[in-house]
Amino acid sequence: MQYILLIYLLIAFGIFIVPGWFKKHVGVMLALVQAAFFVFFYSKISEVANGNSISTMLYWIPQLGLNLEFSLTGLSLAFALLITGIGALVFLYASAYMKGYEGTDKFYFYLFLFGGAMLGLVLSGNLIQLFIFWELTSFLSFLLISFFHKKEEPRKAAFQSLFVTAFGGLLLLSGIVLLGSVVGSYSVADWFVGSEMIKSSGLYLPGLILILAGAFTKSAQFPFHFWLPGAMQAPTPVSAYLHSATMVKAGVFLLALLSPVLGGTTEWTYIITLVGVITMFLGAYFSITQTDLKAILAYTTISALGILVLLIGIDTKLSIKAAMLFLFVHAFYKAALFMVAGLIDKKTGTKELAKLGGLYRFMPITFVISVLALLSMAGLPPMLGFLGKELIYEAKVQSPGIASLVLILGVGGNTLMVAVSMYFMFKVFLGKQGAYPKIPNEKGWFFLLGPAVLALLSLLFGLSPAALGNSIVQPALSTIRKEMIDVELKLWHGFNDVFLLSLLTVFLGMGIFIIALTKKQFLIKWRRINSQFFTIKFTDLFVQFLGGFLNFSARNTKRVQHGYHRFYILTVILFSSAFLWFQVYVTRNWVLDSHFTLTPFYISGLVAIIVCSTIYATISQSRISTIIGMGVTGYGISLIYLYYSAVDLAITQILVETLIVVMFVLVLQRLPRFAILSSRLTRVRDFIIALSFGSVMAILALKALHVEFNHPVSDLMVNNSFLYAHGKNVVNVILVDFRALDTLGEVTVLVIAAMGVFVLLKTKKA
Amino acid sequence: MNSIILQLAAKYVRFLLIFFAFVALLRGHNYPGGGFIGGLLATLAIVYYSYAFDWRSVQKKLFMKPQGYVAVGLLMILLSFSPSLIQDETLMKGIWVSIPFGLLGQLKLGTPLLFDLGVFMTVIGVTLLFFFTLTKRR
Repeated sequence: MQYILLIYLLIAFGIFIVPGWFKKHVGVMLALVQAAFFVFFYSKISEVANGNSISTMLYWIPQLGLNLEFSLTGLSLAFALLITGIGALVFLYASAYMKGYEGTDKFYFYLFLFGGAMLGLVLSGNLIQLFIFWELTSFLSFLLISFFHKKEEPRKAAFQSLFVTAFGGLLLLSGIVLLGSVVGSYSVADWFVGSEMIKSSGLYLPGLILILAGAFTKSAQFPFHFWLPGAMQAPTPVSAYLHSATMVKAGVFLLALLSPVLGGTTEWTYIITLVGVITMFLGAYFSITQTDLKAILAYTTISALGILVLLIGIDTKLSIKAAMLFLFVHAFYKAALFMVAGLIDKKTGTKELAKLGGLYRFMPITFVISVLALLSMAGLPPMLGFLGKELIYEAKVQSPGIASLVLILGVGGNTLMVAVSMYFMFKVFLGKQGAYPKIPNEKGWFFLLGPAVLALLSLLFGLSPAALGNSIVQPALSTIRKEMIDVELKLWHGFNDVFLLSLLTVFLGMGIFIIALTKKQFLIKWRRINSQFFTIKFTDLFVQFLGGFLNFSARNTKRVQHGYHRFYILTVILFSSAFLWFQVYVTRNWVLDSHFTLTPFYISGLVAIIVCSTIYATISQSRISTIIGMGVTGYGISLIYLYYSAVDLAITQILVETLIVVMFVLVLQRLPRFAILSSRLTRVRDFIIALSFGSVMAILALKALHVEFNHPVSDLMVNNSFLYAHGKNVVNVILVDFRALDTLGEVTVLVIAAMGVFVLLKTKKA
Repeated sequence: MNSIILQLAAKYVRFLLIFFAFVALLRGHNYPGGGFIGGLLATLAIVYYSYAFDWRSVQKKLFMKPQGYVAVGLLMILLSFSPSLIQDETLMKGIWVSIPFGLLGQLKLGTPLLFDLGVFMTVIGVTLLFFFTLTKRR
């Protein structure tokens, strides 16, 4: 399975080397690749049908418990089929949609890579690995949303979605690590085994909340839902693929994957159900007052994601079955509708609801496709959506705990969904001809193929649901519930409570729709009420929060990072001398057994010269004399090295001193006249600090004499120098062989310093 | 500076100085010297020459920019690691080969020499970069 991902990666990079004359076929080619993988996954259905899984494992960093584990289960197969199947259709659509845009190579690259990343996510058998793919999809989503990066809106929206989903991803990671520490492994298989251990540990609740936060941000659950409508700035194929069919369902996938591990507790049920039900209702509620085609679809997507999350939260056999079915229901109709919306936008030049109308005259095929998809969205027979809705109602009726709330909001949400579907259909396709900028046509069958296939699937599976139920829903369900479950799906469920609820929903929905259509003031008033009641705009809140946070951290950083070089040095020296003095104080009972001698006289004389020249350098009023004073100090020290037979050191010191003097002379010409600018107090302060640091270093040097090693390293070096490194000069052997890594580090520092000097002096002042 | 004596001296002495720098580099293995010292010596030779003439004429004689020296030096250091990698040894382990020269004995070559050469080149490049950027007038 790792090879599939590898192929994805290779093909994605291969896009860039496609020759010019073949470029216009790239989209179709990629669609074919996706279709081939779809067939591959489809052929695996029988192998995973009984709750089995196909797993492979590669060792990656086994010491950290990180291995690349891939496992194809019923659940991941269902997602893989969605990713490759809808992927193929979306690429077909994109090859028509992206014609004429700049940077289509990049677009296909991101989109195809996304397909691979998403497959990697659903095939992961290791949670750390899953997290990596998870973040990869967030990142690619960011790049795709900001595809039209020359406009400000897409950039903002992309940043927002990245911030929300990547933040959620980090929470997810901490959750994984937290619970992983309980089990001692990040492998999903180990988590299944250690499920009871996790649930009984004290880390369960914090871990659960963190993981849920990750899933909720990804799947645009309340209160993180606001990034999804913003993400509609992306090109429409992206909205159809990432933001309705696949990526936003990663959160749902994660919940489904972990429900055998973490599920079954009251916390799990209540948190997820509550968040899901709120999201479901709010999404539907806001969708009806939108004026932009894609915005309507975005909010209904939020609602649908809410339903999926809610169903997983209810956590019964029936609800999971409904969830798995609805996953497909929604993917079919929503991807189709997005593609239709993109087509309308392309052909008419607008996606404002107010400007559209009467499109059935120009786009009859599109009209039929949309009617099918919208019927499915409204949950009317004979579409698959009807089946999905019936199952959902059935699951909701049985939902433990807060069934009444779930049911009321569920009926409310679905009612609005019916209304919005009808409204969408009438406003866009029926009625008077709208005032669109362009007279549309239906040319380009690549535009229509994708949505047509999806709409037809909605219809066919609605008529004979058993095909979908047995082959895909059943294995997925068996994976999640860890037992064999027979799935029987029928369109007609008989005349029962659930059917009554459906009828009620349809009638209420029709009622709202008729009012909205006949009374023009109705929706406008509704919008006004919304804007009065829901004054908190999450987007603004997000921007404010981010701005405040940036200011806050900028203020705090400025305290430490003030930008004055002298104060940085001051800080470093102050702290290190304080610590050293502390250490000296701790070991104060140490006695200096000094055998100070003044012989040989020339060394003590040299020391005297060094001291004198140093003092002279500090008090001198001329730069030249200071440099000379420092030079004398340096040469003096190198002479001392020489006396103690550190020849290499002495030579290096002499050379460096010479170079420094030469360099100073060069700089000297450029400096302004010497002047004392600092106040007396500052100089006294600096004097004290310098003295304190110098004296502590001196004490340390004296103390170092008394440290006794049992086996000095130098002996080892001296003994082995010629033996192993064939060199008689130990210093050099240490530099280039024994301790070559240190030398490499020094060379690196040198080069970096050179780059710094080069950049600083080359940059002209603005 | 425009001293004929200095210029004439510099013309010939520079070869001597550069040669000496190489000697320092090579003898570093057994006697005081080495890449760092050799590099500094070579730089001093170049700086000395530049004092006699001017910087521009030095730059012409240098074959490439100081950055080039840095790059070549770093590349040599990188290359010196590759034999140990290929032989699946610890990284940076010195690998030696000896080339027999008949009566003259044998020449022992090892990756530490390449490493030292890399240090030599890098030091020249870095110090020259310091000088060039400091002397260049805006």
